[in-house]
Amino acid sequence: MNHSSSIVQRKRKDKTIRHLVGFFSLLAMIPLFFILWDVISKGYKNFNLRLFTEVTPSSMDALLAISNGDPIPGGILNGITGTILIVGLAILFSVPLGLFIGIYLADNQGKRFAGLVSYLTDLLQGMPSIVIGIIAYAWVVKPLGSYSALAGSVALTIMMLPMIVRSTEETLKMLPLSYKEAGLALGSSYTNVVFRILIPSGFGGIFTGILLAISRVMGETAPLMLTALGASVVHWKMTEPASAIPLLIWDFYNDPNLVDLIWSSSLLLLIVIFLLNWIAKIVARKWKV
Amino acid sequence: MNKDSLFRFLLFTAALLVLLFTAGIIYALVSRSTETFQEYGVWGFVGNAEWDPRSATEEYGAFSFILGTLYTSFFALLLCMPFSLAVALFNGEYYKGKKISSAVRSIVDLLAGIPSIVYGLWGFYTLRPLVIALGVNAQGFGIFLSSVVLAIMIIPYASSLSSEFLSMVPNNLKEGAYSLGATQIEVVQHISLPSAGSGIVASYILALGRALGETMAVTMLIGNTNRIPRGLSDTGNTMASVIANQFGEADGLKLSSLIAIGLLLFIITAIINLIAKLIMKKLSHV
Repeated sequence: MNHSSSIVQRKRKDKTIRHLVGFFSLLAMIPLFFILWDVISKGYKNFNLRLFTEVTPSSMDALLAISNGDPIPGGILNGITGTILIVGLAILFSVPLGLFIGIYLADNQGKRFAGLVSYLTDLLQGMPSIVIGIIAYAWVVKPLGSYSALAGSVALTIMMLPMIVRSTEETLKMLPLSYKEAGLALGSSYTNVVFRILIPSGFGGIFTGILLAISRVMGETAPLMLTALGASVVHWKMTEPASAIPLLIWDFYNDPNLVDLIWSSSLLLLIVIFLLNWIAKIVARKWKV
Repeated sequence: MNKDSLFRFLLFTAALLVLLFTAGIIYALVSRSTETFQEYGVWGFVGNAEWDPRSATEEYGAFSFILGTLYTSFFALLLCMPFSLAVALFNGEYYKGKKISSAVRSIVDLLAGIPSIVYGLWGFYTLRPLVIALGVNAQGFGIFLSSVVLAIMIIPYASSLSSEFLSMVPNNLKEGAYSLGATQIEVVQHISLPSAGSGIVASYILALGRALGETMAVTMLIGNTNRIPRGLSDTGNTMASVIANQFGEADGLKLSSLIAIGLLLFIITAIINLIAKLIMKKLSHV
């Protein structure tokens, strides 16, 4: 510490830095409000029932409507159903698998193989989403010979898996060892201990992890561009190309006639994502381990 | 007992799948990019700045995109530093455990929840006119605009981990300094930052890894030109954005070259993440 500076100077410096920290923290939060303001103020006009009940209009129809001064006909129903299909399948694949891997890792700490699996999970978690898109393209699109909802959900599965594994593993590690020992000592089978004691006791942490993983992949665009491609009709076939809300936003961004739909779709996407985050927070608080 | 061994076997198989996935990922990337590496050689591809898809003069090199990626990510990291350090100090030191800190934390966390494409839209419609008004360049697109948006995107990643490391600094160290008459900034400067230092560095490296692979926002804002960017105000392309932009219509050597760029990006981010993990592992052993 500087001996030459007086206590007044030191206190002044302390105060200045404290204010700077507060000021820069405030600045760091400001973009959030600007983005929210942008999306809400521009999106609420087209945020109506139509958005949920009609499919995306063709560029021509939209152009006609604009030249007549009418609102753009149509909504993003094809994107909503596509997101439900793609994300739903991804949940179906990643949740059981992620749970099992997480249980394995929590139960085999310190073993070499578990260490390797844990390291590779980190590797998967750090992988850029566009690279994941390429991989799902090579794994699914190429062999099947066409873009498909399935390929999209494989990509999202690779993204969700590490998050679910980590949250399951961390939650189970926090449970007292006596839970498991007591169950086993009472003659319960290992399977029963896992399903009747460990998973229910760690429910909060595990479920929060799953919700956060879903909210994270909900807005993913890049991997879906390479896999699900997009579709202008509503369908539930997983071997056919499908759209998703973020994919539609990308389409609208590139089509000057459909630009008006950008903000209402973004608003819907943000509402769903923040809702998931909020539920995750409540679950985490309520079922705290 | 039989049910148990079956269940244990299932768990093991699931864990084994992670190994298979990784092998499958590396195989998919390597096998689909061999055409490019056979044509140009590894260094011939990595070091060549020419990217020309016209069939008469077809030639592919990744160098401009590697540079574009490094420019945007490092500039974004530089921009995000003062803000994420401030947020980390706010949450991990100055208002640690206070109500206002958890409010700040939640707000900054929400930034991490916003999808990349929405950042892109915001950058395009709101920030781009500002960048033009500032006179950075005529169209607004480019390294500068992408880096500003990237910086905002990685603030939550850099700050949440660093504040965790700051809050882990033992209290008795700080109390010792306080009892000697140190002010709070002197404690931060001489106790907190030095002892949380490598953890903070690790969280910045992880944030850098995020920035390197970020795709949609950058694709929408960087201007998408296939040459070496001449400075911050110039347009360019990153490795991720060139894949997103050109994958759809690509085939043959071009497709193989795009996947080769994907492989390079995979390797770079893997190394970056490994370095951060090693630093953090070292910390947890101390």
